[in-house]
Amino acid sequence: MTAVQKRVLVNKIVLGLSTLSAVIAIAFLFWILGVLVMKGVGALNWNIFIFEGSPPGYEESGLKHALVGQAILVGLATVIGVPLGILAGTYLSEYGKNSKLAHLIRDISDIMMSAPSIVIGAFVYAVVVMPMGHFSAWAGSIALAIIMIPIILRTTDDMLQLVPGTLREAAFALGAPKYKVIMDVVYRGAKAGILTGVLLGIARVGGETAPLLFTSFNDNFFTTNLNDAMPSLTVTMFNYAISPYDDWQQLGWAAAFILSMFILGLNIVGRLILFFGKRK
Amino acid sequence: MIDKIFSNLTRFSALLILVIVAWIFVELFNQSLEAIHAFGFDFITKDEWAPNLEKFGAYAAIFGSVASTFLAMLFAIPVAIGVAIFLSEIAHDKIKGFFGVSVELLAAIPSVIYGMWGLFYFVPIIRDIFGGMGIGLLSAGIVLSIMILPFMAAVTRDAMNTTPDILKESAYALGGTQWDVIKDVIIPYARAGIIGSIILALGRAIGETMAVTFVMGNVHHTPKAITDPTTSIPVTLANEFAEADGSLYFSSLFELALILLVMSFVVIAVAKFYFLRKERRGV
Repeated sequence: MTAVQKRVLVNKIVLGLSTLSAVIAIAFLFWILGVLVMKGVGALNWNIFIFEGSPPGYEESGLKHALVGQAILVGLATVIGVPLGILAGTYLSEYGKNSKLAHLIRDISDIMMSAPSIVIGAFVYAVVVMPMGHFSAWAGSIALAIIMIPIILRTTDDMLQLVPGTLREAAFALGAPKYKVIMDVVYRGAKAGILTGVLLGIARVGGETAPLLFTSFNDNFFTTNLNDAMPSLTVTMFNYAISPYDDWQQLGWAAAFILSMFILGLNIVGRLILFFGKRK
Repeated sequence: MIDKIFSNLTRFSALLILVIVAWIFVELFNQSLEAIHAFGFDFITKDEWAPNLEKFGAYAAIFGSVASTFLAMLFAIPVAIGVAIFLSEIAHDKIKGFFGVSVELLAAIPSVIYGMWGLFYFVPIIRDIFGGMGIGLLSAGIVLSIMILPFMAAVTRDAMNTTPDILKESAYALGGTQWDVIKDVIIPYARAGIIGSIILALGRAIGETMAVTFVMGNVHHTPKAITDPTTSIPVTLANEFAEADGSLYFSSLFELALILLVMSFVVIAVAKFYFLRKERRGV
């Protein structure tokens, strides 16, 4: 075999292998999505939205407690995390800019974004659950908010920087104070981007399970008491899936399907907003 | 006046991030002190974990974390690079778009679902092929590798796509095959980005909890074979934290959390400050 033939052969082999890797990756994707849809849709029915959790074997068993709990946990996390994230991002983009402190905060929050979420759960356990003496929705929401803040901070920072400096200068020239410029000009210009960051942040914490295991814990009953353990879709899913009962496992898959669709929807809406916002 | 309040409010929020990060380290360290005093260095070298006897050694959990992550990287790196080559050099635009959507889909799925899929659909296959329980290090490694694969492939593809066309065209003009161009032009050019993405994926794999909790086994023994059930730091925390009693037990779990945090912090910091920073400068 000549050197050229050999190179052509090696080329074919490598390209074949990388095509094969892509096929393998896609195959696993469809396997997982297929299982999620088949099992999830199969387990869906109206009872899920009407009834709360029951012992295994009961007909009238549902996920109402977990759906409401999940909404409360994520909602409360959003209320805590979004303002802090946006304000911190505003500082980086409008006040800190290229200062050492601003860069330090950017780097640290990048690292925080990838920190193991279960460690955040342990931290919140130490500072919220232990002093309170029991698990609570507050603890779960605080853990989720800590995970959410760096995501919103970084997108806000990036999006505000995209607002042209000339807009700010024009507003300053009219005699507006800085906070007014930021509120009325900069925020308005970056509205779509900030909203996208918020939605992606919510989507990210919506699927979190680990930090909730020992902060909001779980409960099989409907509750709206923030000082009490609070059920969530993810932890319910976890408990039901590892249970030996068929009907609980079914509910687990239904929860998995509902949650995935919700998170996927948030992702799609977030990206659409960004897409149409940019086109303007 | 309002101006001052507003600017201080933003500064306060930004500094709060630093305070929280520092606080996490300090708090975990404080909570670990009892275990650190009780076991010292033995904590990370002994693998006896017996809550009833108040003996805690983290070796099995640390080993499980490192080994499952290593396995995940072993499976994921070649496939991810293959996928990235496919996407940046071989695939048509339509397939690229399709794959882009697929990656988003995979990234949107909560990790607890990867765990459920792994336990009910993947573990039986491993059990049939390799015998044993199916639950163990090997299953954990593979489920982890599937979880980090899309992220790694996407970042590697982006790094490869930054190679200027003129460099590639010059290499083709010299008679290079596609593989010649990939290995001698694209990979060297994108190297920092590729390594950065690998390390970031490694950081994710070390801390990943739910996907592994289902398929790892939660047995505090250092595995003798790759198919043996074992545990990892996140798995131990997930399974035992809510049920722990006794302050030494808690303290040991907090020390585990601290070890995990330090490990992932170092890994991610190396990726960010060394490789990904370099790439930014290069472009």
